Amino acid sequence: MAGVSLFRFYIPGFLKTFTPFATAALLIFTAGTASFAAEPQATPTPEIHRIADIFQPLSRPAELLLEPTHLVLLICLGIFLVVLAVLAYVLIKFRPRGPEDHLEEPPQVYGSYNIEMAWTVIPCLIVFVLVLVSARSIVEIQDRPMPEDALQIRLIGHQWWWEIQYPELGIITANEIHVPVSSKDGKPRPTHIILESADVIHSFWVPQLAGKTDLVPNRVNHTWIEPFKTGVFLGNCAEYCGTQHANMLLRVIVQTPEDFQKWVENQKQLPSEPKDVIAIQGKKDFYDLSCVACHKIDSTPAEGVFGPDLTKFAIRQTLGAGVAANTPENLHAWLFQPDSLKPGCYMPDMKLSPQQLDSLVAYLQTLK
Amino acid sequence: MSQEIIIDENYRMPEPVRVGEETGSLTRVMQQLVFTVDHKKLGLMYIGAGLLFFVIAGLLAGLMRIQLAFPNNHFLPPDVFNQSFTMHGTTMVFLVGMPLAFGFANYLVPLMIGARDMAFPRLNAFGFWVFFFSGLFLYFSYVGAPGLYAAGSAPDVGWFAYSPLTTKAFSRGHSTDYWTLSLLLGGIGSVATALNILVTVFCMRCPGMTLGRLPIFVWCMVVLSFLVILALPCLSACQIMISLDRYLGAKFFDTQAGGDAVLWQHFFWIFGHPEVYILIMPAFAITSEVIPVFSRKPIFGYPIMVAAVVAIAFISLGVWAHHMFCVGMVSLANAFFVTSTLLVSIPTGIKIFNWLATMYGGKLRFELPLIFCIGFLFQFLIAGLTGVMLAVAPFTWQLSDSYFVVAHFHYVLIGGLLFTIFAGIYYWYPKAFGKMPDHKLGLWHFWLFTIGFHVTFLPQHFLGFLGMPRRIYTYQDDRGWDTMNLISTIGVAIQAAGILFFVYNLIYSYIWGKKSGDDPWDAWTLEWATTSPPPEYNFAKLPVVKSRRPLWDAKHPEDPDWKHE
Repeated sequence: MAGVSLFRFYIPGFLKTFTPFATAALLIFTAGTASFAAEPQATPTPEIHRIADIFQPLSRPAELLLEPTHLVLLICLGIFLVVLAVLAYVLIKFRPRGPEDHLEEPPQVYGSYNIEMAWTVIPCLIVFVLVLVSARSIVEIQDRPMPEDALQIRLIGHQWWWEIQYPELGIITANEIHVPVSSKDGKPRPTHIILESADVIHSFWVPQLAGKTDLVPNRVNHTWIEPFKTGVFLGNCAEYCGTQHANMLLRVIVQTPEDFQKWVENQKQLPSEPKDVIAIQGKKDFYDLSCVACHKIDSTPAEGVFGPDLTKFAIRQTLGAGVAANTPENLHAWLFQPDSLKPGCYMPDMKLSPQQLDSLVAYLQTLK
Repeated sequence: MSQEIIIDENYRMPEPVRVGEETGSLTRVMQQLVFTVDHKKLGLMYIGAGLLFFVIAGLLAGLMRIQLAFPNNHFLPPDVFNQSFTMHGTTMVFLVGMPLAFGFANYLVPLMIGARDMAFPRLNAFGFWVFFFSGLFLYFSYVGAPGLYAAGSAPDVGWFAYSPLTTKAFSRGHSTDYWTLSLLLGGIGSVATALNILVTVFCMRCPGMTLGRLPIFVWCMVVLSFLVILALPCLSACQIMISLDRYLGAKFFDTQAGGDAVLWQHFFWIFGHPEVYILIMPAFAITSEVIPVFSRKPIFGYPIMVAAVVAIAFISLGVWAHHMFCVGMVSLANAFFVTSTLLVSIPTGIKIFNWLATMYGGKLRFELPLIFCIGFLFQFLIAGLTGVMLAVAPFTWQLSDSYFVVAHFHYVLIGGLLFTIFAGIYYWYPKAFGKMPDHKLGLWHFWLFTIGFHVTFLPQHFLGFLGMPRRIYTYQDDRGWDTMNLISTIGVAIQAAGILFFVYNLIYSYIWGKKSGDDPWDAWTLEWATTSPPPEYNFAKLPVVKSRRPLWDAKHPEDPDWKHE
């Protein structure tokens, strides 16, 4: 089943890449798949954009990247077809013909100045064009000035999770970036992301929003996104960063400005006090055990900074940087043995008793 | 000097009596292997050791592909997976690619330039043994680097070992030290061998063998040796700096003490990118020998082919930061490295066109070497074009460190380099052993391996388009990556079957193969002017050459090459 959905999503996006430029033959081929291509758009957009196809960008830098991408793909396709045709022609035309064929050697040709000149100069021209287009695109994307009112986010990579700070809003969260949607025609509302690392090199990559930029320790990098569609966008850490590199997943949750504002308001409030007995016990356990050494919950003695901030833990969609959905069962498994979900991660097995597990799960569920 | 090539059929040098000849045969073979300074034996030992490490690293790749065949698979734990790709990459680059290049250079350069051995035979043996033990040392880490936690831990920092993953804080135990010291050791051997090749070519050519008449194979090996001498010391310096960081409190790359992580990337890729061209050089070398012989025409545009190789090597020294488009360099630097990288495509394109022009108008003979070279042309074309795509920085912001890159460089190194290595082995097998490789087994090898190769690596391009990063040991089932990963894994099994045919063919032909005679392919370079296998002294009497194809001149006295050059 996954295969079906994969090809349904994937091939149209790739073929559409060529349609603006394609040759007649390619157009016929695309027309054949046109009905196929329209299908995913006809169905309502899923809330989560799971297929991170770089040819179906839903945000600005990723969309701007496509221009040089289309050009280079088209040029390469052209060169590929031409050279392939020549190779096929040579192999067929000059194939061996019978056993007597080798009695005589073919005419010995040592080279040709004019021909060699031609296939030196033509590639030079292609390279010249590609250099200009790339350079323009690099400057356009990389040096784009951010408007004064752009939302600022500080994204800090840790082994193996993401710390997310909103310096202007005073919010600290983890693994899920919330941003407002920007409009394509009206006033754009880009989000400016400052990239830093607490330990080793990581890389920010949410293919449908923006290309990669590394998070390098001792260095401040920048990128920006300007999504024009709401939904959840999935990304991975794209630079090998140690044992759990594979499970350092990132979600970007693009919301309408109203929803985003609601989220911001909620983040600024302190979590409500737990009411039922088990959760109250859980809060006590949280302080008595060493959870507080690594985790922070606002307005409580939990001041640790080594692990993710848990102030609004319960509204997050996932656990352990995307390794599992944030459900009570998964949370239970995670607290019982973090290694079972994410082998090698730095969250220790605290050897919790079943009562402690139940109470901690109950307490963490109240952090909304 | 007016004589054509001289081969005295009756003259044989007296065989000197050697220690150990009278003892048992196994002891004798071992003694010959260990004590030999003969460039041909060392060349075969290089190739044999390279193939051995190739099989080991291929098995590691197979394990990784099994792990990735299904989402959320638990075949390999993450640390073992990370060790596997580190060892796979390090092995393929340093213990397979370079030794195979040196093996071919060792065996063929003296024969092709009409010399009796390398300039420094003992240095040659030294280079081989240093390489071989550096490989054993690297693999000893599986049992010898227990570190603080596990029993046996191979390095797990990736073959480019980005700091600060290699600092003490993030790499405990000794696994990284094994990686560091092994490459340091291997680098010494490589530089020694490269120097040896250069001195041999510049000082030991036979009468009449001017630089302008060197076979292109030899030119490629000269360029390769220059690149090794320029690039490998950078790597050695890098390894020394890591060791200083780890043990003597230096802070070059230790970001927690103010070091610079990007500095490592610059240093590493100043070595690393020329290294890529070191690896592809044998492909250029072998193709430039095989295609003319099996098209029955001289190489098209010899001067521009040589110039193209030199140009590629020269430009390759200035493209390193295209591996770093995502680290946040200023836009001007990004644009510069886009330009320099795209420039490489011009001489590379010239080479492809000239190979095609060599075949054009010829009489093709579809023997195994040519078949593999045609496979090379097709795959190297794809690899070159995906390389052009990767040179365009905005595209690379999406594709860098994704499976597209994995597919790209496997098209270069397997589809490009390895196919020509196979071509070279089949081409010179009769020279080395006096037996013809079996054609039918070779065809099985070719088709299984080619199909398996494309089934494995073609889907990986598309995985990159779908956002799959490299070096992940697992992935979730909802990302649309599962089908193509499964296909890719199936391809590995087909490739492995192809390799079995290859290995079987080598053994089968050695024992039961037809006798080849001295010059089975009707070729033109000097190695075919001596017996198969050649005697220890190569040539009874040094040949005298007057053109780029001395054996053509000898076979066609009515229309020799030197009249046209």
